[in-house]
Amino acid sequence: MCTYVTEKLAVEGSGKGAAGWFGLTEATVYFDHPQHARAEHTLNIDFLNPGQGASARVAVELTADSARALAAAIESALAAVPPGLL
Amino acid sequence: MHDAMMMAETISITGHGGDQIEAYLARPLGPGPYGGVVVIHHMPGYDEGTKEITRKFAAHGYLAVCPNLHYREAPGASPDDAAAVSRAQGGVPDDRLVGDVAGAVAYLRAMPASNGKAGTIGYCSGGRQSFLAACSLPLDAAVDCYGAFVVGSPPEGMPLKVGPIVHLASDLSCPLLGLFGDDDSYPSPDQVAELDKALTEAGKPHEFHSYEGAGHAFFAVNRPAYRPEAAVDGWQKIWDFYGRYLAG
Repeated sequence: MCTYVTEKLAVEGSGKGAAGWFGLTEATVYFDHPQHARAEHTLNIDFLNPGQGASARVAVELTADSARALAAAIESALAAVPPGLL
Repeated sequence: MHDAMMMAETISITGHGGDQIEAYLARPLGPGPYGGVVVIHHMPGYDEGTKEITRKFAAHGYLAVCPNLHYREAPGASPDDAAAVSRAQGGVPDDRLVGDVAGAVAYLRAMPASNGKAGTIGYCSGGRQSFLAACSLPLDAAVDCYGAFVVGSPPEGMPLKVGPIVHLASDLSCPLLGLFGDDDSYPSPDQVAELDKALTEAGKPHEFHSYEGAGHAFFAVNRPAYRPEAAVDGWQKIWDFYGRYLAG
């Protein structure tokens, strides 16, 4: 099924796409059919900079388990940052 | 079969609001007359799989056009990038979809080999859009392949501008063929039954088939959802249906 469920957020940082590094301005997160992953549904993240065109995109398609593990790893890494750096 | 005598090319058609948009045309090379099919791509975009489907219609003796519904957001971009932009912007607006399909229908009907008849087929989000087009434009036949949210509202907080359109059933301008999977959740078997009921109550000719052991996107040969038995039978249903309402 198409879930259509999409979260959209503003982000600040950089990503490396097909044409090299570029600044990121937004990200979309959605659980839907992947373009490439061999699963019926995946948690997909697009890091985007619409101002630089459609190809300014870094895309990942993760299984639900992988996506949860990634989210937990991000939280763990941030929690381990020494005081004063965040 | 016309597969030894057909051609395909990228063209420009006049879509909604007079915009020039990209489209993929496939047609038999004979003089006709042939019926016309507008192929409405799925949410992942104007991709290789959809172009293959468009050529399949030409091989079976139809003039077929697939408009690139994401062209405005990302002209020249790869289909997956364009689909990502469209999703981030809330998807294809319904009025624009109708205008783009109207442009494709006008293009088909104006072709010298046209028999004057035109229909639509759409997959996934395109299934809903095929129904929407058939309720908004004078068509000769329409096929809805597992279109979600014809019946039922999208999940709370979803940014895509997609709402239920079952209330349009009484405006359906042509016979509708619906092909669904029993294991699909969007549309669920209950939602398919509700659409079936609405069309019956409105006195609209339609035939629905729902396949056991198949879910969403069972026609997609390059995805794990592909179900050969359902897809092969579904294609046969499509040829029978268009043979009655579009051919010759």
